[in-house]
Amino acid sequence: MADHDRVYGPEADPAGDSGYAADHPPRKGFFTDTSICIGCKACEVACKQWNGVPDDGFDLLGLSYDNTGALGASTWRHVAFIEQPAPPPAPVELGMPGMGPPGAETGAEGREQFRWLMSSDVCKHCTHAGCLDVCPTGALFRTEFGTVVVQPDICNGCGYCVSGCPYGVIQRREGDGRAWKCTLCYDRLKDGLEPACAHACPTKSIQFGDLDELRERAADRVEQLHEQGVTEARLYGADPDDGVGGNGAFFLLLDEPEVYGFPPDPVVPARDIRRMWTFAGMAAAALVTVASAVFGGRG
Amino acid sequence: MGSNMAEAHPVGFQWVMEAKLRGARVIHVDPRYTRTSALADTYVPLRTGSDVAFLGGIVNHILSNELDFRDYVLPYTNAATIVSEDFQDTEDLDGLFSGYNPDKAVYDPASWHYEGMEPHRGGHEASEQARDVASGLQHESGGPALSHGDPPRDETLQHPRCVYQILKRHFARYTPEVVEEVCGVPREQFLEVADAWAAASGRDRTAAVVYAVGWTQHTVGVQFIRTAAIIQLLLGNVGRPGGGIMAMRGHASIQGCTDVPTLFNLLPGYLAMPTAAKCSSLDTWIASLRGENQKGFWRNADAYAISLLKEYFGDNATSENDYCYDHLPRLTGDHGTYRTTMDMIDGLVKGYFLFGQNPAVGSVHGRLQRLAMANLDWLVVRDLAMIESATFWKDSPEVESGEIVPADCRTEVFFFPAASHVEKDGTFTNTQRLLQWREKAVEPSGDQRSELWFSYHLGRMVKERLADSTDPRDRSVQDLNWAYETSGGSGLDAEPSAESVLKAINGYGPDGLLDGYTALKADGSTSCGCWIYCGVYAKGVNRPARRKSRDEQEPAYLEWGWAWPMDRRVLYNRASADPDGNPWSERKKYVWWDEGKGTWVGRDVPDFEGTKPPSYRPPEGASGPEALRGDDPFIMQADGKGWLFVPNGLQDGPMPTHYEPHESPFRNALYGQQGNPTRKVYGRDDNPSNPSPPEPHSDVFPHVLFTSRLTEHHTAGGMSRNLPFLSELQPAMFVEVSPQLAEQVGLTHLGWATLVSSRSAIEARVLVTERLRPLRVQDRLVHQVWVPYHWGYTGIVTGDSANDLFGIVLDPNVLIQESKVITVDVRPGRRPHGKDLLALVADYRQRAGITRATGTAITTTGPGAGKPHLETARDPEEFRG
Amino acid sequence: MTRRKGDRRAHPYAQDQGDYLPGAAAGGDAVERRGPGGGRLGPLVRDDGSREGSMVPPAEFRSYYGRQILKTPAWEDKIAYYFFAGGLSGGCALLAAGADLTGRPGLRRGTRLTGLAAIGAGAYFLVADLGRPDRFHHMLRVAKPTSPMSMGTWLLVGYGPAIGLAAASEVVPKRWRRTLPGRLVSGSGRPAGLAAAAMAPGIAAYGAVLLAQTAVPAWNSGHAQMPFVFTASAAASAGGLGMIVAPLGEAGPARRLAVVGAAGELAASRLLEQRLGMVGETFHKGQAATYLRRATALTAAGGLGAAVLGRRSRVAAAASGLALLAGGLFQRLGLLHAGIQSTEDPKYVVEPQRRRLAAQGPTRTD
Ligand SMILES: Nc1nc2c(c(=O)[nH]1)N[C@H]1C(S)=C(S)[C@@H](COP(=O)(O)OP(=O)(O)OC[C@H]3O[C@@H](n4cnc5c(=O)[nH]c(N)nc54)[C@H](O)[C@@H]3O)O[C@H]1N2
Ligand SMILES: Nc1nc2c(c(=O)[nH]1)N[C@H]1C(S)=C(S)[C@@H](COP(=O)(O)OP(=O)(O)OC[C@H]3O[C@@H](n4cnc5c(=O)[nH]c(N)nc54)[C@H](O)[C@@H]3O)O[C@H]1N2
Ligand code: SF4
Ligand code: SF4
Ligand code: SF4
Ligand code: SF4
Ligand code: SF4
Ligand SMILES: [Mo]
Repeated sequence: MADHDRVYGPEADPAGDSGYAADHPPRKGFFTDTSICIGCKACEVACKQWNGVPDDGFDLLGLSYDNTGALGASTWRHVAFIEQPAPPPAPVELGMPGMGPPGAETGAEGREQFRWLMSSDVCKHCTHAGCLDVCPTGALFRTEFGTVVVQPDICNGCGYCVSGCPYGVIQRREGDGRAWKCTLCYDRLKDGLEPACAHACPTKSIQFGDLDELRERAADRVEQLHEQGVTEARLYGADPDDGVGGNGAFFLLLDEPEVYGFPPDPVVPARDIRRMWTFAGMAAAALVTVASAVFGGRG
Repeated sequence: MGSNMAEAHPVGFQWVMEAKLRGARVIHVDPRYTRTSALADTYVPLRTGSDVAFLGGIVNHILSNELDFRDYVLPYTNAATIVSEDFQDTEDLDGLFSGYNPDKAVYDPASWHYEGMEPHRGGHEASEQARDVASGLQHESGGPALSHGDPPRDETLQHPRCVYQILKRHFARYTPEVVEEVCGVPREQFLEVADAWAAASGRDRTAAVVYAVGWTQHTVGVQFIRTAAIIQLLLGNVGRPGGGIMAMRGHASIQGCTDVPTLFNLLPGYLAMPTAAKCSSLDTWIASLRGENQKGFWRNADAYAISLLKEYFGDNATSENDYCYDHLPRLTGDHGTYRTTMDMIDGLVKGYFLFGQNPAVGSVHGRLQRLAMANLDWLVVRDLAMIESATFWKDSPEVESGEIVPADCRTEVFFFPAASHVEKDGTFTNTQRLLQWREKAVEPSGDQRSELWFSYHLGRMVKERLADSTDPRDRSVQDLNWAYETSGGSGLDAEPSAESVLKAINGYGPDGLLDGYTALKADGSTSCGCWIYCGVYAKGVNRPARRKSRDEQEPAYLEWGWAWPMDRRVLYNRASADPDGNPWSERKKYVWWDEGKGTWVGRDVPDFEGTKPPSYRPPEGASGPEALRGDDPFIMQADGKGWLFVPNGLQDGPMPTHYEPHESPFRNALYGQQGNPTRKVYGRDDNPSNPSPPEPHSDVFPHVLFTSRLTEHHTAGGMSRNLPFLSELQPAMFVEVSPQLAEQVGLTHLGWATLVSSRSAIEARVLVTERLRPLRVQDRLVHQVWVPYHWGYTGIVTGDSANDLFGIVLDPNVLIQESKVITVDVRPGRRPHGKDLLALVADYRQRAGITRATGTAITTTGPGAGKPHLETARDPEEFRG
Repeated sequence: MTRRKGDRRAHPYAQDQGDYLPGAAAGGDAVERRGPGGGRLGPLVRDDGSREGSMVPPAEFRSYYGRQILKTPAWEDKIAYYFFAGGLSGGCALLAAGADLTGRPGLRRGTRLTGLAAIGAGAYFLVADLGRPDRFHHMLRVAKPTSPMSMGTWLLVGYGPAIGLAAASEVVPKRWRRTLPGRLVSGSGRPAGLAAAAMAPGIAAYGAVLLAQTAVPAWNSGHAQMPFVFTASAAASAGGLGMIVAPLGEAGPARRLAVVGAAGELAASRLLEQRLGMVGETFHKGQAATYLRRATALTAAGGLGAAVLGRRSRVAAAASGLALLAGGLFQRLGLLHAGIQSTEDPKYVVEPQRRRLAAQGPTRTD
């Protein structure tokens, strides 16, 4: 059975625990500071260009300036655009703490002006990656950089990872049949280059580096923003003790996560793996019991 | 203002973000909330085309509260200079300055002159000619000529005719209430900006203005920029670090395209193209370039001009033959792109080269552009993609309407695939006059060839064809110096060397490559392809190719690329020191006088004579650089001063005045004069205007439409609508409308809208967004709708072209089209096609009572008001003669 | 060119500008939905509370234009067929073993053969649902305890041959019975059958874990109940099948299994729905509602039929059996679609997580 610690719980060194020798490189990741994103989509384009990702269709979606809609098999970086008028409508009183329209309570304190949030989303390269846990072929693997990558020559398109991901990142590509997502530019990392999207980002909204250092930098940045009165600034995915053990790619947001299309409190499905098998065992046992019992009668 | 920097210059915008991180306050003033607004600290919406009123309000705020940086203003600007008593202001003449001629719609600027100065010769005639040749463009590297550099001054600024007082009176009317009424900007918001801007002034602080084509593409665009210049001069924000007025240029190297121009009216380095009327000889041409006794480096225009001729004609240019001056063509009038379009329609043009331009989509009045190109003998298109301008004869809307019949279209189109910027080497000259060398990354594939290759071989072959000609007019080609280094074989395999061209631009003297323009001589001993670029290859070093990391050098980063002139990064940086040559403050230290060394020193290359002390005073009767005082920082200006008041060189007045756009739903709230009284209109049946007050029926086109760019696309779309990665990001032509207008007109989000002007109608998908908001102007709600202009009928994603809605009307100084603002009607649903489309537009024209006279009666006050300016037909034969 | 970007949902101004809260679920009525392939999914009547009586008032949660957060599962109906077939086969293997041990050759023979046929069909559906069926064998590169699909695959690798051999033993032609291979096959009928039976509960149950170990709200939150639904349904289906294939006299155990299974299935699925809380709404919407209604009706009818009439009439028994089989199939289809539906509306992701956050604060690993 699974080594419990690897599926859930504190995990300081996912690469090491996946079998890489102790001298493997430090864990790499992204800190995406959405407070300085200008929505130029250079990251989206650079990713496609470098990774040879095909176009994702030519539909006007009408979601502000977002015409790719979401991350998916053919969109590995996705820039969200959120137009928010001011003043925000009064929150619906629900009598339940924290259950109102989240941004209305916490996202916009003191905000007087219309605002336009932009945020570049990407695979989170989770410490406990739901996609990786469930992949039955080994196509998904943990790299020496602690990132999570699909091997297209192995993937048989079983589709399990698609539902294993609590963020809705990985997806099977139509017509191709395999699952695709951000590789955190594994090839570039191996050559000592930074990922294409981070390289293209003009404002350093996407910062690439050693995860430990990024986490520190992010904490400083939040503090700085709070001092400047931007109290709604918060980190998402930076906490190594959250439901997925922290993200390799985490974010600074200016509103509640769900406003950007993130789940507010994701948990890796394998957290409950023992319970699940236990219940399955009980159900199986029940079946055996019943199936035996039925032969006890006559006829 | 007038720039959407985050979207159109995202890479440059990183520095704005960095400045913001360091505490700078970013203010964005734009009709529409953009990605730049989203990152700004303050966003202020204003009505399109009303910027003079807004900025004028700031000038008024500064002057009426005496917030100017007096220690700077007094010595460095012409604030103290006294103006001729003949001058009359718009305040006296209901929106016109003195010297206006309603028949020609031009000014004679004689009365605007400094007191005691010999007035500009030539009167209205000369002004009319100057407008035809976009003479304003000719001053990009220095101010216009004056007869001498020492006009009378009143250092107390009390003289009623000193510039300071004139300015104060002129702008007194631009109160916060007026700003609100004209621009739709609430006064509190206006005052917030005014206070912030005025506070960014003085010894310790500066502010920078960034603008781009949101300001330029107006019939009053030059005056928008002028008003900003006045503010920056009053606040002491020119020539200092963190100051200035930054024009965000467009295409890569569009700056280079005016420095070494592809314009009809300029020769390299902003030497005006000789005109037939004034420049019959080399001497008269040179005389027209400068004032004999003026101050500054433009005084040496003779050396620049003769060195250019030496570069053009090499050894064939001698002092005996006036350096082949007579081989230069002479301008007889307007040959700008829009005039040429109409000349094509009129059958006056046989052939046309399009090198990297897509007028079928990118130029205003798309229909006219396409009909014009369909009326040529031949058209050469060199482009990366099969653009609309190469395929109009088979797939344009005019084919649909039967106006162009592919089988009968007389134009023969030659399409040459062009090598892209990564497939050839050369330089880009960018926004801040910085030249950067670009290495060829990959070999061009297939038949793609560089511009240099094409031009070189075309020239070579023409020269070969004409080698034996005895026709005198072919002498100019025969005498042309066409010797460039090549590599890679002979015949068409020979690839000319871009570096050898750059060396020729740098120029040679008797001792080889020159070090800078001060070495240029008027005696034929030097040659130089562009005097302001002289020094770009100094000492045999390709300076634009320098690439030292910014982490390895100090700010100003002098070892990255090369900036003209003389590698100076901040122009007029002598102004970063006080009159005595000391830094204004420790924080704003940039260039200063080192008494010990006896030179100017600092972070940048001093934009001043290196050893001229601050205390220097010119001897009596000096001219040229010698006449510049030690505290005259504006060394390219004819009096060494920054000009708050422009006595010469502008068509539409010495000071900015608010005028309504050519097409506007509003009457000018300030003056009887409605629009720019000198703008260039063409009264032609094929170029109708929508009526504007005081004409009747402006309500047929009740809304304001303005255009601009999206990050995801590039200009006319040839480079983006053919790329899937970009096309998917903005896949359809759309129009942005406010929720209020959507409700009023019945538009639904993602549905269709049809936009109608008197030129054409286009359709677009609807994006309803609060980023656009109706403004209250003159007590009326005005709706502004916005469209990008990137779409056309070829490529992966196609759509109607915004420019089909526009007509041709130009600013008088530089002949730029008013492509930022028109009036339209907005209707729900899709547009008709073919003949039905023509019928729809004709119906609108009829309802609005539009004739070819509509919109051409540009004088709306005083004598001559209401007189239309109609174009008279010209005879093709005579024209070609 | 079609789009593969998940569904498109309302923009604030597509509907009613009034109740738009940026980043909130768009209010409104029929919204055009698109499946992951860009195909229309038909109009979705947004449950805005008033309309379908959900317990959630409108605009209680915010989202990115009402777009889904999770990806729609890649799986098609084939995966439901597979689970059904697996369950049926597993149940059959158990029945067959019992029949074998208690001397019911008719029941044994029928269930062994069906067990093989079902698992064969299941394997076909499983492979066919892959994006790259020709790479099915890549599943055999690794054995991965964290992946129920990997575990299930290896279980299948063991189970398939066992049930195959057991089935083969039923069909050795007379003239081969005396040959060595014939004797071997016939002789291995019982051990193989028992081996298959040993693995059968796993085959029947693991599908539930497979679904549960996903981020899909309707599956994940039901991880305690779903295995019972699966095994009970497997029992009902196999019982039903036994009633069809076995002579009346031998079908007693099958009938009893059918009845207990049906009852268990009905009970477990109610429990499951309750456990899901607001996500349980998905059981009453769209395709899932249709399938689950049918599943309940057929299972109840089949179970009742088995209990009341199954002993008396072969026809009634067969009819009850068929009803149970169909019920089991619809049960799986219903669960599949409830899961899919729970990914298509972000509220099933946001609301439970928000509730949890409100009640216990952020999930912590430590
Ligand atoms: N991605 C991208 N980048 C580009 C280009 C491109 O096509 N795509 N084009 C390049 C070129 S050629 C150029 S010239 C530059 C142009 O760069 P910009 O001038 O920044 O681009 P625009 O989007 O045309 O216009 C800028 C802004 O002017 C505003 N505006 C319009 N009218 C007015 C007005 O009357 N007053 C004020 N204050 N604002 C007004 C518009 O709302 C718009 O936000 O961009 C260059 N960069
Ligand atoms: N309504 C409205 N109209 C406008 C504007 C606006 O804001 N509003 N903006 C105006 C402005 S600022 C501009 S600059 C113009 C732009 O208008 P255009 O210059 O007409 O349009 P572009 O699409 O930039 O055309 C450039 C072409 O050059 C090609 N090209 C690129 N590189 C090379 C090369 O190396 N060699 C050759 N031969 N071709 C190359 C590209 O494929 C492209 O087709 O549009 C103007 N028109
Ligand atoms: S975000 Fe999803 S796809 Fe990315 S590593 Fe985590 S679980 Fe896998
Ligand atoms: S689709 Fe590919 S990557 Fe995803 S789980 Fe299956 S085999 Fe692994
Ligand atoms: S890291 Fe590489 S693969 Fe991932 S989004 Fe960035 S560019 Fe794309
Ligand atoms: S490249 Fe950077 S600034 Fe541009 S959209 Fe992506 S994250 Fe934002
Ligand atoms: S396209 Fe080129 S010039 Fe324009 S912003 Fe991007 S990098 Fe700069
Ligand atoms: Mo431009």
